[in-house]
Amino acid sequence: MKNKKQYWKGLEELNREPEFEQHAHSEFPEYLPVNLNKREGGNDSGTSRRDFLKMMGFGISAATLAACEAPVRKAIPYLNKPVEIDPGVANFYASSYINGGDYASVVVKTREGRPIKIEGNKESSITMGGTSAQQQASVLSLYDQQRYDAPRIAGKKAEWQQLDEEVLGALKRIAAEGGRLAVVSKTVLSPSMRAAVAAFQAKNFNTDHIIYDAVSVSAIPAANEKSFGRAVIPSYDFSKADVIVSFDADFMNNWISPVQFSAQYAKTRKLIDGNKEMSRHYQFESNLSLTGGNADYRSPIKPSEQGLAVAQLYNELARLAGEQSLAAKTNIEHVSRAAKDLWLARGKSLVVSGSNDVNVQILVNAINSMLDNYGRTINLDVPLKTRQGDDKAMAGFAAGLKSGKYAGVIFLGANPVYDYVKGADIAKGIKKTKLTVSTSDRRDETSELVNYVAPDHHFLEQWNDAEPVEGFFSLAQPTISPIFNTRQAGESLLAWAENNISYYDFVKSCWKKNLFPMQSSQLLFDSFWDESLYSGVFEPGKGKTSAGKAVFAGDVNEAASGIAKTYKTTGEYEVALYAGFAVGDGSQANNPFLQELPDPISKVTWDNYAAVSVEDAHKFGFSMKEENTNMVNVTISGKTYELPVVIQPGQAKGTVGIALGYGRRSGGKVAEKVGLDLYPAVGSLEGYQNLSVTKGVKVEPSEKSCRIARTQTHQTVMGRTNVVQEATLSEYQKDPFAGREFPHISGMDGTLSPTTVSLWKGHKYEDHHWGLAIDLTACNGCSSCVVSCNVENNIPAVGKEEVMKRREMTWLRIDRYYSSDGKAGDFEAMEQAAANPEVTFMPMMCQQCNNAPCETVCPVAATTHSTEGLNQMTYNRCIGTRYCANNCPYKVRRFNWFKYFDNNDSFPDNLSQNNELGKMVLNPDVTVRSRGVMEKCSFCVQRIQAGKLEARKDGRKMNDGDVDVACAASCSAGALVFGDMNNPESRISKMLKLKKSDNVNVKVEAKEPRAYHSLEEINVQPNVYYLTKIRNKDSKGSNA
Amino acid sequence: MEVSSFNTNSGSGHETVHHQVVAPVREPLVTGGKTVRDVTEDVCRRVEGKPTKGWMMGMALALTAFIAGGYAVYRVLWDGIGLWGLNKTVGWAWDITNFVWWVGIGHAGTLISAVLLLFRQKWRTSINRAAEAMTIFAVICAALFPVLHMGRPWLGAYWALPLPNTFGSLWVNFNSPLLWDVFAISTYFSVSLVFWYIGLIPDFATIRDRASGFRKKFYGALSLGWTGSAKAWMHYESVSLILAGMATPLVLSVHTIVSFDFATSVIPGWHTTIFPPYFVAGAIFSGFAMVLTLMLITRKAFKLEDYITITHIELMNIVIIITGSIVGIAYITEFFIAWYSGVPAEQYAFINRATGPYWWAYWTMMTCNVISPQLFWIKKIRRNIYATFALSIVVNIGMWFERFVIIVTSIHRDYIPSSWAYFSPTIYDVGVYLFSFGLFFSCFLAFAKFFPVVNMAEVKSVLKSTSGTIKED
Repeated sequence: MKNKKQYWKGLEELNREPEFEQHAHSEFPEYLPVNLNKREGGNDSGTSRRDFLKMMGFGISAATLAACEAPVRKAIPYLNKPVEIDPGVANFYASSYINGGDYASVVVKTREGRPIKIEGNKESSITMGGTSAQQQASVLSLYDQQRYDAPRIAGKKAEWQQLDEEVLGALKRIAAEGGRLAVVSKTVLSPSMRAAVAAFQAKNFNTDHIIYDAVSVSAIPAANEKSFGRAVIPSYDFSKADVIVSFDADFMNNWISPVQFSAQYAKTRKLIDGNKEMSRHYQFESNLSLTGGNADYRSPIKPSEQGLAVAQLYNELARLAGEQSLAAKTNIEHVSRAAKDLWLARGKSLVVSGSNDVNVQILVNAINSMLDNYGRTINLDVPLKTRQGDDKAMAGFAAGLKSGKYAGVIFLGANPVYDYVKGADIAKGIKKTKLTVSTSDRRDETSELVNYVAPDHHFLEQWNDAEPVEGFFSLAQPTISPIFNTRQAGESLLAWAENNISYYDFVKSCWKKNLFPMQSSQLLFDSFWDESLYSGVFEPGKGKTSAGKAVFAGDVNEAASGIAKTYKTTGEYEVALYAGFAVGDGSQANNPFLQELPDPISKVTWDNYAAVSVEDAHKFGFSMKEENTNMVNVTISGKTYELPVVIQPGQAKGTVGIALGYGRRSGGKVAEKVGLDLYPAVGSLEGYQNLSVTKGVKVEPSEKSCRIARTQTHQTVMGRTNVVQEATLSEYQKDPFAGREFPHISGMDGTLSPTTVSLWKGHKYEDHHWGLAIDLTACNGCSSCVVSCNVENNIPAVGKEEVMKRREMTWLRIDRYYSSDGKAGDFEAMEQAAANPEVTFMPMMCQQCNNAPCETVCPVAATTHSTEGLNQMTYNRCIGTRYCANNCPYKVRRFNWFKYFDNNDSFPDNLSQNNELGKMVLNPDVTVRSRGVMEKCSFCVQRIQAGKLEARKDGRKMNDGDVDVACAASCSAGALVFGDMNNPESRISKMLKLKKSDNVNVKVEAKEPRAYHSLEEINVQPNVYYLTKIRNKDSKGSNA
Repeated sequence: MEVSSFNTNSGSGHETVHHQVVAPVREPLVTGGKTVRDVTEDVCRRVEGKPTKGWMMGMALALTAFIAGGYAVYRVLWDGIGLWGLNKTVGWAWDITNFVWWVGIGHAGTLISAVLLLFRQKWRTSINRAAEAMTIFAVICAALFPVLHMGRPWLGAYWALPLPNTFGSLWVNFNSPLLWDVFAISTYFSVSLVFWYIGLIPDFATIRDRASGFRKKFYGALSLGWTGSAKAWMHYESVSLILAGMATPLVLSVHTIVSFDFATSVIPGWHTTIFPPYFVAGAIFSGFAMVLTLMLITRKAFKLEDYITITHIELMNIVIIITGSIVGIAYITEFFIAWYSGVPAEQYAFINRATGPYWWAYWTMMTCNVISPQLFWIKKIRRNIYATFALSIVVNIGMWFERFVIIVTSIHRDYIPSSWAYFSPTIYDVGVYLFSFGLFFSCFLAFAKFFPVVNMAEVKSVLKSTSGTIKED
């Protein structure tokens, strides 16, 4: 009897469990991290020779690699992980963009505590989720090394305590002597800041608070005072207007509240979901502005005709209304047509004027009153507060400062030495004044001259609030702790009022005192505060209706005689100044994203220039060829400015348009060498700022020529209806396919649609199929998407020289085409834009073709097709043959000609990639591309990925709206719609009426009559759809 | 004439065994009553003697270009190809123009040595050696550009090859015509090199046998132990024929594939099915012009007038008229097809070519390639050395412009007018081109000095039937 003693490893062995048996003979029966030779079907373990060799190979190479010296890159981990931060996961905070009077409610995206992107806040009923290009770019200004890193006393770094002591000492001495003080600021949107100023004034009761705007509209409140007895800027509602007439008001770009107006305007230009009505827009202006580019009818008029044009419209309407007309005899094109349209759309129309002449504004008020627009499209009861400047007060201040009236002056984020016409007087006055303080966050023309600099936070570092429209409040919260040793300007002001409260507490107390009582839904202040902070906005004024009809009580005849006196053609040439498109009034001139953002009309970057009409250019013999152009001497009031010429179709004959905001003398290395400063040329009319100079202008060609950086040098679309398809509204109403072109190719049995023939079997998209729809009618060319894309995708700003070589890196561009009077086939004539052209804006980015020509030609397969319809670019694999770019019919691929990052010597303007601080703005989800690599729009693949992960975490399918690409997210007009074309419920599927196609070569077909592909005939089958451009005109043609 | 008739008359019965009968109207291929010994002496003299002043000056010039251009190459490699004038719209300009131009030049060598061998054109014997050398150096110069034109040549130089790698599933893209180029050019280069070298072996042996010391060792090593036995000659001849057979399709395929870079694209002006024959004709056209340029100099400098005779020059000029006319017809056909196709983008591309911003390049091309070679219809001109030399250079300028016109004028204005742009070269575009010239001429001069420029063995074989007098010893 065998009785061998046995030991069991456990009960499993005793019970002979199959699982145990299976592993019993393995050397490591429980667990091995390496999959040891698990062959298909077999489970024999043990390391095979192959695996051994693999591991040895890996071991040796790993050991070898470890022996190589790699550069040490320091990443400092969190010692204690902050509760709210997960590395790799973005946090979003509602805040407010505030720069003088420019405002938007925003959502700030932060990664590991760094704000890296700004999105519009859809909760706001003012900006409605829209943002402007400047707002998109402003995140880079946060990481600008040119900002003050500490307070300064007499130009030397100092401590806050010392600064406060000295300022307080000086204030006390001034108070003792009974000297006057002034606080000079731009528009103050913040109620708390106003309270802080009031607190300062209460302490120092001899203080004037002077508010000015670099580009002023202060005649509007003055005119409203005379017309209605209320010195306010009313709120305008473009979305309710069927007919819009604008006299020189560039309301989509810089007039009063452009983001708000753009969003409203876009609502009237949407021909989707069966809507067949759109607004009609007339523009009368000297320079071809962004707004003018969108107009259905546009008349170029001289600045000296502005008032007359308004008077003519008044007369035409008065005749229709049976009222007494004024003594005015002009016949400006389209005015009578506008009058007829306005009269038919009484109560659903809007007339606005960018003029800063009280008489003109009174007449505009009279017109709107005659049209019954008050209480409908114009609301005096809910005033706009985004422009508060008072030209007369500012003029008084400048004179007073020069004469030594003030003993002390505090420049509250204002830089009047640069952006006020009498800047030189203020500079002189500063020297005479005992106490001069600036709260500018960076060195500028004013802060250089003052004794004390108390640098303000960037708006992303501070607590703040804003009231852009009465009753509509929004909060700004810090999204990063201050980078430099700076202090909120309001807090500084309170400190100098001997109130050492933190600004956070101060804002909160203001809200508690003033705003909390305005609502009743929250009983506790803390929950009210949290709710407001979360949504970013608090809008007690929402839904407030007009108290009643405003009764116009102005004197039309007096205004008319004033106009007749003012508007006379005196000289051969007139100058129309305007705030620069990208850099605005110049306060953001040190932002390379803005300097490199092309003007949406002229496509010029990195410069201001003299826009000259085509006729005048012929007269002077000017010509532009590629980047080369002539220079012109423009003499305004005795001072000569030598500027590059841009021959501008649509420029009124006899006028020269020049942008303000350039020629910074001090303000950062990017800003300082760009263009000329035209602020000293700004005129004045009865005490109000006047941007048009009608007297004393001399225009002479200069001997010199120069180069100018334009991103587009060919102006017309050359009659290519395969690129831009357009129609008039009446044509569209008759036939929704109006303007569409259906290309055909020749086959064996007659003509075929190009999509019926294909070499390729096509791709299968099982899950998602991403697409983008672009409504050419809604797009207004504002270029916010361009900057949004730059920031999202770490696109370098390459500088003027590279742009001149046509090497800008933007993945998304807005093609701008002028119409031409040239006959089809006469190519030379077709290259010439019409004298007053129609303008088309066409956003163009990678079309993510299903039959992508770039993919087949890459020798190393660096650009391939994804399973979701994306044309993907693998930077690491790219060897830079540029064959893909050559073979791209849309020319959207961009090549890294040089190393643009970490190369400060060659590309000093690329602030986001060439210094350690600037790099903090980079999106960590997107690679910075190396030299010699091709890049292009990726449909924000990182955002798609983030959206997918979010959905997976929640264990659900992706919903429409989980992902939005950066361009579409920033569009205030809602012209871009991104989504999954495989999802029948998505916005894009519904908008384009997508259907599965019977044609095997085609994935989906858009049944929306307006939807088309650009260059359909080459059958590359883009995933980007365009919707036809519809103009609300009676007939086609630039002058019709 | 008298002499030549003597030659054919006397030897006809016996000679037919070894040589073709040469018609009495044919002019002798080698003049000056050269003997077999004369051939060896005339060719080896240069190899064995000291370099002449002219050679030294030429070499100095070539090296200067090589070094000056080398600086441009260095900067381009170090800083990036942004130093060139390329832009977002025009992604290829001088780089690929130079590439296609150099590849085209190479074609003449292969045509002369392989195709004419198969067609038993004996006149090729005096010129094939130099023409093949030109092919080799031209292909080296050509191969420079695809590497230099890359954004990241340090990776591209080997990523474009289908090498097994550890990058995972990464592999080259066989759909890409650029990859086809890689194969076409490397095959062409290898075959041409082997063909050329094998042809050199008997001549190296000749030099070896006459030399002593280091030179004997050097040429001995190069001649790979050639004995000159009948068996060796037999092998030599069959290998030559086989290689000629292999090289012949390459004459057609290489430029056909190069033309696919353009023909398979979607760009109007590139997307053209006529390109393969048109490119091959153009390549032969430019190649013969380059051979003429080089031969006329070599002939003069090395006193080879008896080997490279006016007849040779005239025959090559005839090839130039033919290929030049083919190219001219191709140009016209392109225009016709653009109109006939009814494709507006295509039509615009060609109108723009002739009348757009690059009209000057187009008309330079037309003048140099289509009009000027027609002068060779006049016998006086095609037998005039100076006129031939001048026209050979004109043709090469024209063919450079042809490639420039095709590449740049097509992409500078393609589909989307907003992106239309103009390309202007920079000093670095010129510098890199200069570098390729420096490289080419340095190599060619070194070849001319140290290698036998005329294929002695083959010339000797045509002596009897075609030289002026025969001394039968």
